[in-house]
Amino acid sequence: MSEPMDFLLWVRGPAFDVAALIFVIGVVVRFFEIFSLGRKANFSEPRGTEFGPGMKSVLTRSLPEPGMFKRQPLTILVGYVFHIGLLISLILFVPHIELFRETFGFGWPGLPNPLVDAAAVLSIVALLAALWHRISSPVMRILTTNEDWLVWALTFLPMLTGYIAYHRMIDPYPLALGLHILSIEALMIFFPFTKLMHAFTLFIARWYNGAMSGRRVVES
Amino acid sequence: MADTKTLGESLRLHGVSRRGFLKFCTATASMMALPPTMVPAIAAALEKAKRPSVIWLSFQECTGCTESLTRSHAPTVENLIFDHISLDYHHTLQVAAGDAAEAAREEAMHENEGEYLLVVDGSIPEGNAGYSTIAGISNLQMLEESAKGAAAIIAVGTCAAFGGLHKAEPNPTGAVAVSDIIKDKPIINVSGCPPIPVVITGVLAHFLTFGTIPELDEYGRPMVFYGQSIHDRCYRRPFYDKGLFAETFDDEGAKKGWCLYKLGCKGPMTYNACATAKWNQGASWPVESGHGCLGCSEPDFWDAGGFYNALSIPTSDVSKLVTVGVAAGVALGAATAGLNHKTKSNAAKNHGTVTVDDLEKTS
Repeated sequence: MSEPMDFLLWVRGPAFDVAALIFVIGVVVRFFEIFSLGRKANFSEPRGTEFGPGMKSVLTRSLPEPGMFKRQPLTILVGYVFHIGLLISLILFVPHIELFRETFGFGWPGLPNPLVDAAAVLSIVALLAALWHRISSPVMRILTTNEDWLVWALTFLPMLTGYIAYHRMIDPYPLALGLHILSIEALMIFFPFTKLMHAFTLFIARWYNGAMSGRRVVES
Repeated sequence: MADTKTLGESLRLHGVSRRGFLKFCTATASMMALPPTMVPAIAAALEKAKRPSVIWLSFQECTGCTESLTRSHAPTVENLIFDHISLDYHHTLQVAAGDAAEAAREEAMHENEGEYLLVVDGSIPEGNAGYSTIAGISNLQMLEESAKGAAAIIAVGTCAAFGGLHKAEPNPTGAVAVSDIIKDKPIINVSGCPPIPVVITGVLAHFLTFGTIPELDEYGRPMVFYGQSIHDRCYRRPFYDKGLFAETFDDEGAKKGWCLYKLGCKGPMTYNACATAKWNQGASWPVESGHGCLGCSEPDFWDAGGFYNALSIPTSDVSKLVTVGVAAGVALGAATAGLNHKTKSNAAKNHGTVTVDDLEKTS
C-alpha cells in the first residue's frame, strides 16, 4: 500500500546509514593504507625543492597537454564536460548543499536550478558519449575491464535518476527521489574499493609526481 | 434517520436558491476537473439524490478531522450539503450516548443495508483491543461489523488512511489503516492532518452524482485532489527555481516570501490540494502563511525526518554518523597499517641473500 513512501524512508534512513558508514570507513582506511605504507627513504641529495613543483604538477596535469587534444579530442572534451557538470550538480545544487550543511555544519550558496539542470544534462550526454567511445573503439574495448563498466554505471545512474527526480518524471515523487538516493548509496558503497577513489587520491598522486621530479629538477 | 426528502427539496427548504445550488454544482464540477457540460448532470443527480445515510466512526484520533469539517464556514452550500446527508452516527457530534448511540448505529446499518456510506477517522489498534473501545466494543470489531453492509468506505484523515500518528515509530498500539483490515469494499482515502473540508464534500458530491467512487491514485486518494504535488502548484515555486530561499523564519527572504525548502518544506513529496483549494474559505494555506508543508497527507510523514530539515537530509544524525565512521575508519586503518608493516618487516627479515656459490649449485 504505502510502498513508495516506505521505500523513501528506508533509503533516507537505514540504507543511508549503512552506505555512509561503508563510504567513510572505506575512504579513511584506504588513506591510512596509502600513507602508512609510505615510500622508501630517498638518500640521494635533493637538487631541487618538492613542494612548489608538486603544486605546479597538480595544476599542469589538470590541463590538457598541448597536442593531446588533436589526437584524442573526444576523450578530452568528454572528460572535462562530464567532470565539471558532475561537480556543478553535486556541490552547487541547493538540496545537496543542505545535506553538506547538515553533515559538516557549514554550507555555501548554490546556483539557480536551471543552470544546474543544464550542467547535469551536459554531464549525462558526456557520459553517454564516453560509453559509446568505450564500446565502439577497439583500443578502448581491449583496455576496458569489468570494473570500468561498473564504475560507469555507478556514476551514470545518480545523474540520470537525479535528472528524473528533479523533473518529476516518475510518479509518485517519493519513488523518483528514493531511486536517486539509492543509486548514490550504491556509489558510496563501491567508491572506496574501486577506481572511483581517484576523486580523493588524484591530487595527492599529482603532487607526488611533481614533487619527485622537483627533487631531481626534471620536468614532470 | 434518513428521511424521504430529496437533497433539492431539503436545500430549498433551507433557503438555498436555485442559483446558489447551480453555483455549487459548477464549482464542484470545476474542482473535480469535469467538463462544464457535466454541470446539468450533477445538478440533476444532486437534485434527485436521497439523503444518504452516513455512519461516522471515530477510532484512535484527535477529533481534528471532525473539527476541520465543522469549520467549513456557514452558510456555504458545502456546509448545507453536509447538514443534509443523514449523519446517523457520529459519537462526537450526536446528542445520544452509550447504548442509545449504538442502537442508532445498528438501526442505520440495518435499514440501509448495502447502501450507507461508512466514514472512518482514526487508526485501528491491532495490539491490545483495550487501547481504544467505544461502548465496550473494540475498534476492530466495530469496523468489521459496520463495514459489512457499507456501499463504500471513506477513510478521513491520515490516521484512517495510513495509520497516522499512532503508527509512527515505535507504534505502541499496533495501529493500522482501514485498508489494512477491510479488503472487500471500495475505500476512498481522504488523507491530511486534517484533510481539507472541500475535499470531503467533493468526494461526497461525486458519490451522490455518479453513484461511483472517483478515480483514485495508488494510495486510494481521489486523483482530482491528490493528483498534483504541493511543489508543482506552489506560488513560491519560481523562487525555488531561481535559487532564492528563506534561511530562517524572520530573515529578508522570509519577508519577501521566498521558497521554504531549506526550512524543511516537504511540498515536493506531498500530494494534496492545499495550494489550490486553500483553507478557511480560501483565506490562506500553510506555505502562504510562511511555514513549510509538513507532508501531512503522505503515509508515515511523522517518521520522515525533522519537520524543519530539508527533504534532502537523511532521517538519522548524519554528523554523528560521519564522526563514528571516521573513528571506526581510523581504528581499522591503524590496524591495517600495523598488519601491512608487519608483512613488510617480515618480508625484509625473511629476505634471503644469494651468493655466487648458490647460483652455481646444480640442484
